[in-house]
Amino acid sequence: MMDVEKLYEMLKEAQQKKGYFFNKDKKKVFELLEGLLLNRERYGYMCCPCRLAAEDREWDKDIICPCVYREADVMEYGSCYCNLYVSQEWNEGKIPSQFVPERRPVEKTLGKL
Amino acid sequence: MKECDIKLYALSTCIHCRNTKEFLNECGVNYECVEVDKLEKEERAAILEEVKKLNPNCSFPTLIIGDKIIVGFKKEEIQEALKE
Repeated sequence: MMDVEKLYEMLKEAQQKKGYFFNKDKKKVFELLEGLLLNRERYGYMCCPCRLAAEDREWDKDIICPCVYREADVMEYGSCYCNLYVSQEWNEGKIPSQFVPERRPVEKTLGKL
Repeated sequence: MKECDIKLYALSTCIHCRNTKEFLNECGVNYECVEVDKLEKEERAAILEEVKKLNPNCSFPTLIIGDKIIVGFKKEEIQEALKE
């Protein structure tokens, strides 16, 4: 199993280049990354830790982290659904931390459960 | 509030679910917690039916306090509901 620290460093650099930053709360980030690694072990893909996997990679490809909803959520709320990836402004407290509602269509959530 | 009046439907890997658990623990209330991702297929299907009735989006955490349904980690709403 990949080391969380290694995954953290790898993703941090790659995602920062795209303008997405890890939440400054490193403890929470590590918990989420552990969830991602666990999901990869359980399902074979890094399914979003805050969503229930259908255990079908093709069906769940929209919620393989980073999910397709991240862009819109970070744009609107400054954070992805999990508070894993955030904008710089969010980390600096310029955007209030609020509940990010589920953007994934309910048909996708329930379709294969 | 009676123990059976608080029920949390959660995912073991979800940060908002963990925050909710931590907060409920801080509040010192007893609650029942179901970690849906850890359930086997049949049991999971039955629990999901329950969740769907409470929260049609079937997202987590879904928390029931008495007759209040709280979707997502919302501290103030939880505090409010615990007062009643």
